Amino acid sequence: MKLVPTHVVRQLEETVGKANVIAQPDELIVYECDAYTLERNAPQAVVLPGSTDEVAEAVRICAAHRLPIIPRGAGTSLSGTVLAVDGGIVVATTRMNQVLSIDPRNRRALVEPGCVNIWVTRAAQHHGLHYAPDPSSQMACTIGGNIATNSGGPHTLKYGVTTNHILGFQMVLPDGQIVWLGTEPNGGEDTPGPDLRGAAIGSEGMFGIVTQALLRLTPIPQEYRTMLAVFETVEDASHAVSQIIASGIVPAALEMMDGLIIQAVEERYGFGFPLDARAILIIELDGLRAGLGRQAEQATSFCLGNNAREVRQAQTEKERNELWKCRKRAFGAVGKLSPNFMTHDGVVPRSKLPEMMRFISDVSARYGMQIPNVFHAGDGNLHPLILYNERDPSQIQRAIAAGHEILRKCIQLGGSVTGEHGIGVEKIDFMAEQFTPDDLDAMRALRKVFDPEEHCNPHKMFPGAMRCADFVQRKQIPA
Amino acid sequence: MNQTQLPPFLDRSKSDACIHCGLCLQSCPTFLETGNENDSPRGRIHLMRGLDDGKILLTDRVATHIDRCLGCRACEAVCPSGVEYGAMLEATRHTITRHRTMRLPQRLLQKVVVERMLTWPNGLRLAVSPARGMQRFGLTRVLPQRLRKLVELIPQKPKNSTSQPSFHQEKIEVKATAGMMSGCVASVLFGETNQATVALAQACGYQIIVSSGDLCCGAIHAHSGNLPEARKRAQRMIEFFENTETDVVIVNAAGCGSTMKEYPQFFSNNAEWRQRAEQCSSKVRDVTEIAAELPASLKKKKQEHPRTTYHDACHLCHAQHITEQPRTLMQEILGNNFVELPESDVCCGSAGSYNITQPELAGRLGSRKARNIIATGATVVVTANIGCIMQIRASLQSAGVQDIQVVHIADWAIQAIQ
Ligand SMILES: Cc1cc2nc3c(=O)[nH]c(=O)nc-3n(C[C@H](O)[C@H](O)[C@H](O)COP(=O)(O)OP(=O)(O)OC[C@H]3O[C@@H](n4cnc5c(N)ncnc54)[C@H](O)[C@@H]3O)c2cc1C
Ligand code: SF4
Ligand code: SF4
Repeated sequence: MKLVPTHVVRQLEETVGKANVIAQPDELIVYECDAYTLERNAPQAVVLPGSTDEVAEAVRICAAHRLPIIPRGAGTSLSGTVLAVDGGIVVATTRMNQVLSIDPRNRRALVEPGCVNIWVTRAAQHHGLHYAPDPSSQMACTIGGNIATNSGGPHTLKYGVTTNHILGFQMVLPDGQIVWLGTEPNGGEDTPGPDLRGAAIGSEGMFGIVTQALLRLTPIPQEYRTMLAVFETVEDASHAVSQIIASGIVPAALEMMDGLIIQAVEERYGFGFPLDARAILIIELDGLRAGLGRQAEQATSFCLGNNAREVRQAQTEKERNELWKCRKRAFGAVGKLSPNFMTHDGVVPRSKLPEMMRFISDVSARYGMQIPNVFHAGDGNLHPLILYNERDPSQIQRAIAAGHEILRKCIQLGGSVTGEHGIGVEKIDFMAEQFTPDDLDAMRALRKVFDPEEHCNPHKMFPGAMRCADFVQRKQIPA
Repeated sequence: MNQTQLPPFLDRSKSDACIHCGLCLQSCPTFLETGNENDSPRGRIHLMRGLDDGKILLTDRVATHIDRCLGCRACEAVCPSGVEYGAMLEATRHTITRHRTMRLPQRLLQKVVVERMLTWPNGLRLAVSPARGMQRFGLTRVLPQRLRKLVELIPQKPKNSTSQPSFHQEKIEVKATAGMMSGCVASVLFGETNQATVALAQACGYQIIVSSGDLCCGAIHAHSGNLPEARKRAQRMIEFFENTETDVVIVNAAGCGSTMKEYPQFFSNNAEWRQRAEQCSSKVRDVTEIAAELPASLKKKKQEHPRTTYHDACHLCHAQHITEQPRTLMQEILGNNFVELPESDVCCGSAGSYNITQPELAGRLGSRKARNIIATGATVVVTANIGCIMQIRASLQSAGVQDIQVVHIADWAIQAIQ
């Protein structure tokens, strides 16, 4: 492993304090990957700055020594976007984690980048407000990471993804300059000129390090109706999804779990899901009390019209929370079915869901691999979990091949290879399939505006990037 | 620096369950304080696996991150994959203690103060009264830092110890017999609380027929990695209650209760003892579970209650998953005077012997807890573990707060229903 020269370590220590620099191999191994564990490589050092100025100074030191800079939040990324492919210095925001202020009148929150997603809602809820984007990892992932990956979640169907809820943010550019993009904390909502804020959201840590963010808060809906519809086939459930959306109802969330997942989740959490169901839909409607009942009836009739066996409603807030807990932790329960699994988060147009689900079950049969599904059906964002055993090399190969077929099919059906987990190192190879060389050149050119030297989170996203030497198949998880 | 190669020590079928998702990070008190993933559950598991498969060697640096773990098991409670972190930690500590050359003062602290004195009631009794004397006369300053911390935690004797908590009501029907696990530390430092527990159990319809006296449950040994000693003590405890006719065993120390409920884990390779342990464990109830059975007629709301909040002891909420019962009880009695404590389930830094072995981080977690308590405006903090009570009292004192009472839920409840 490459170590950083001691005088650089000393400079970093002087900047952030000795306890906040990690530069020994046996401690660095903890930072060798994120939640994507197929590829690993430890960084040369990790710094934990406590303020924007410390971030800027650390970045300047890295720039001066031409060391790659890798921004890191909670490391829950599923695509290896915080992997130190060729060493470098990880700048982790975990000590900058405060909610700085809540402005209930203007419905805004100012937070530090390491602030955990769910903490924002916790701090705002007694004003009747919440932060709407809710990735399944929201109990752990940071706002900085959410901005860098433009995260979504079950409720983005109605409320939109991260970019719709970020008014502006402060960013330390890869040369150490501090800039503010978008609306400033005391500023009005409209900012003149091109939307650089929007351009930098989803840039996977390649444009700089977010050091403060101004978030939009949304009123907590007056009421929820959360329903569980039980189906005999995945196809019936997929048709119900298409019809609900086509009818003009905008559910807050519309999630599907297939039979295998239902069994795993039931075994782990004992919610009371019917074990013989082949698919269930979780349909959540929210908004003003008036009218919700009628929408719920409509949605119910679409389900029944597509042969749903039963449609139940959560009767209490507690029951609703339990249901969501099961959904958001569903992936973990799959650990019971198989020692390893890999997931993809391809997207298809909603109307193509039945066809896509048929294709996945066909792939599963052809490769002889179990592929349970739990996903954001409302926006066609799939999460097929391909189960395999890493002790059997042929299974690893089959799992990879099956995954690739599924992703190719997504592109072919007019969708995308990733809905929310990002490209990172995991999906680099698909960029050239989804985008033309001109598209890719335009993206690169934009990146160079922010980072001419390309030393901020290098070797990610763009085809032709360097890969880790020990590219081994390990355990992988889905959302 | 010493570098030691460890033999494999993890049960792979368990450690492989960690899928590295990171969902546990933000529930970990030490990670919240340091921001270093080496001090997080996922990071520690990474280190444990690294040590287990020989990828890294045991150094003081690595050991420190394992030492800093509170064993609070907040990570276990949120893990979607069901990783048994507590068991992994015990196995790791057990191996580390066997292979590590600890510096002498540290070893003395661990072996003598933590494992022997704390769990040896007569020794503790000997130490307590001079300690209380030093406190009263402000002499603790002369002690070395770690010892001073320890001495400062010891509670003063309640002022009017003459009136014993008791509960007399003819009407209550006896529905079961119970044994009281009085605890090695509690029986010396918190005699009153034990009496209150007995009284409360009586109010709930339990007839207490026996007390385990000074017997130690082995929790402190298990947590610090001394599994053989923990096993021995567990066997003694199991034998003790086997020879009684108790339907349930009541425990008022969350750390002891959680260990006793998990006794079968100690005997995975011994079918006979495993079965006996299961028998014993199935009877164990925390006092908050008992208190939930308090007859409604006794839980009259009184207007004059001060604003009161509740701190979740780690081994109660994370290890035993008991969070509702104490809150329901308090809400029923206090009404609007019950307020939730922000971060109520983040460890206060007590964690058994942690405030002795890791004074610096324990201090930081203590101040964090004190800040949260002060912010609620409550004047009473209720909790269900004596370790927490000592730590929170000391932390409030360091924060310069005099007028917030910290009481055990048994003491609080018995007062409230009089
Ligand atoms: C169980 C599980 C469920 C998940 N569910 C979802 C889901 O429903 N929806 C979804 O969208 N994602 C999901 N994810 C993926 C992941 O949680 C998100 O991508 C999340 O936004 C990452 O946040 P983080 O703080 O962990 O960032 P990290 O993983 O640390 O980093 C992610 C990226 O952000 C960059 N970055 C981090 N902080 C900053 C900063 N301050 N400035 C600039 N760049 C930065 C990094 O360089 C990296 O490129 C899930 C992950 C897991 C493990
Ligand atoms: S311990 Fe559980 S929650 Fe933490 S990283 Fe491992 S699997 Fe995820
Ligand atoms: S037991 Fe507590 S301190 Fe230890 S890793 Fe888990 S959450 Fe952190």
